[in-house]
Amino acid sequence: MELHKLTISQAEKLLSEKKISSTELTRAFLDRIDLYDEKIGAFITVAPDLALEQAKAADQAIASGNQKTFTGIPLALKDLLCTKGVKTTCASKILENFVPQYNATVVEKLNNQGAVLMGKTNLDEFAMGSSTENSSVKITRNPWDTDHVPGGSSGGSAAAMAAQFCAGALGTDTGGSIRQPASHCGVVGLKPTYGRVSRFGLVSYASSLDQIGPITRDVTDTAMMMNLICGHDPKDSTSAPKEVPDFTQGLASFEKNGLQGMTAGVPKEFSSLDGVDPEVTAMFDRAKEVLQDLGVEIKEISLPHTDYVVAAYYIIAPCEASSNLARFDGVRYGFRDKGPDDLIEMYKKTKSQGFGPEVQRRIIIGTYALSAGYYDAYYGRASQVRALIMDDFSKAFDACDIILSPVAPTPAFNIGENTEDPLTMYLSDIFTLSANMAGVPGISVPAGISSKGLPMGIQMMARHFDELSLIRAGFGFEQSLGLDAALPELF
Amino acid sequence: MKISKDEIEKIAHLARLYIDDSQKETLSGQLSHILDYIDTLQSVDVQGVTPASGAAFMNNVFREDKAVPSPGPEVTLANAPERDNDFYTVPRVVK
Repeated sequence: MELHKLTISQAEKLLSEKKISSTELTRAFLDRIDLYDEKIGAFITVAPDLALEQAKAADQAIASGNQKTFTGIPLALKDLLCTKGVKTTCASKILENFVPQYNATVVEKLNNQGAVLMGKTNLDEFAMGSSTENSSVKITRNPWDTDHVPGGSSGGSAAAMAAQFCAGALGTDTGGSIRQPASHCGVVGLKPTYGRVSRFGLVSYASSLDQIGPITRDVTDTAMMMNLICGHDPKDSTSAPKEVPDFTQGLASFEKNGLQGMTAGVPKEFSSLDGVDPEVTAMFDRAKEVLQDLGVEIKEISLPHTDYVVAAYYIIAPCEASSNLARFDGVRYGFRDKGPDDLIEMYKKTKSQGFGPEVQRRIIIGTYALSAGYYDAYYGRASQVRALIMDDFSKAFDACDIILSPVAPTPAFNIGENTEDPLTMYLSDIFTLSANMAGVPGISVPAGISSKGLPMGIQMMARHFDELSLIRAGFGFEQSLGLDAALPELF
Repeated sequence: MKISKDEIEKIAHLARLYIDDSQKETLSGQLSHILDYIDTLQSVDVQGVTPASGAAFMNNVFREDKAVPSPGPEVTLANAPERDNDFYTVPRVVK
C-alpha cells in the first residue's frame, strides 16, 4: 500500500483498524518529502523530529483507545500560522528566525486531537501575491509541471497536497489565496465565511478579509477539516459566535437527496470578462452540464459591481496591510538593522531590508490611500463600493443557493511570466476577490485538466455560514466527475 | 494619476520605509499605473452608501474585565533583537 496516497478519511479508518500506524504513515510522507521537495520547494521548514515524536504519541493514544478524528494524521501548515517553538517566517526576511511563543488557535485545535505537524509551507511574503513567487525564501513549483507556478499565496500548501507530502494542509485566503492555488494544483480548497475560523495566531495581512481554511485531496477531507478548525474564539473578537454544524452532513445530504432543489447562479458579468482562456470557459461549460445532470437548476444572475471589485480590493487590502505590518519595526522581534543610532533611521533601514518589493509596494499604496487628504477618495470610497458588493451578493442569493464561476482566468502560468507588471497579477484575481470582500464562503473543486496537463477548478460561493451547501454541491460534483483519482506523476 | 518622486519620498517617510533614487523611479511608474486603474472607482455612484468596514456582523464585542496571568518577561522578550534584562533596547529616542 502506498501510504502517501491516503486521504485523511482513508488514513483515519486504517489507523482505527490498526492496519497502519501513524509512525509509518508519517515516515512515508517524510520519505517522499526527502525525495521530491528539493525540486518542488513546498516547505520552508520540515519538522521530522517533532513529527515522529507526535506520531509516536498518536500511536500510543490510538493503542489505548483514545483516538480522535485527527489523531496521528500528518498535516502541513502555511508558514503564516504561529506554531509555538517552530520557526514561523511568513516567507519574509524580517521574520527569518522568528520563533513564536504561542500557538495559533487552529494549531491548538490540531494539537488537542494529536495531529502530526509535518512542517511549514511556502507562501508569498505576508500572503501578498498570487503565485508564491514573492517568497523571500524560495519559489515553489507546480507538481503538475514544474515550469509553472502553483498559484498563491498558499502555493506551498497546495503543492504539498498535489505532491502528496501530507494528508491535509491549512492555507489562508485574503483575496483567493486558498482557492486559486487549489485550482492550479488540482486539489480542493475552501475559504470559510469570514469569522468562521479564529484568526488568533494568524499573522494578519488584511484583518477584514483574512480567513484560514483547508486544502485537501477531496471534499470529504474538507468537511472533516472544517469540523476541526471552525468555531468561536474569545481571543478573536471578529470570530462569529455562531454554531458550527457537522460539515460531514453535507456529504450525507448529497448521498440522500443528490442536488435536487439546488439553484446555481452564474453571474452574467463574468461571461463578458477579457482574458479568460477558452479552455477555462470550456471547462466551466462542461461543469455546468455536470451540475444540471445532478439536478441543479442553473440560472443567470447579476453581480453589477464586478468591474470594481479588483480596484476596491487593491485599495482596502493594502490599506489594512500598511497598518498591520507597522508592527514589524525591529524593536520587539524579527530582523533589526543595528547600525543606525536614530530610531526612525532604524525603522526605515530595518523595514527596507526586511520587506520584499511587493510588500513594500502594498505598504506604500496603503499609506498613500490612508494619508490626509486622500482617505475619503480612496479608502472611504472603496469601503462604500465594498458595501455595494455585499449588497450585490445579498440580492443574488435571493435568487440562488450557490454562485458558480471559474477560479482563475487561466491555468497556472509559467514561473516568471507575470512578475513584470504587478497590475496583471492583480487582475487575475477577479473571480476570487469578491468572496473576501463580501465575507461569503467559497470552495474550489477540481473540474478538468488543460491540454497542457494543468488543472482547472470550478468555484462555488454560498451565503454567509452556508458552507454545508458548498460541501454538498462540491461533493456531488466531485463524485460525478471522478477526477479525485487524478494526481500528477512526479518526475 | 502621476505620483511624483517627492510624493513617494513623503509617503515612504510616513510608512517608515527607505526608498533609494533608482527604486523611486520604478515605484513611481508602477504606483501611477496602479492608481490609474484604481481611479475607475470614481465612476461608481456611492450616493448615500454607508461604508462597509468588513464582513463581521457583530458590534461591541466585550469580555469580562478579569485579569489573567501574562506570559512574563522571558516569554515576551524571547525574540528581542536587543535587550537589557526586562527591557527592549532601542536607539536613542529623545535627543
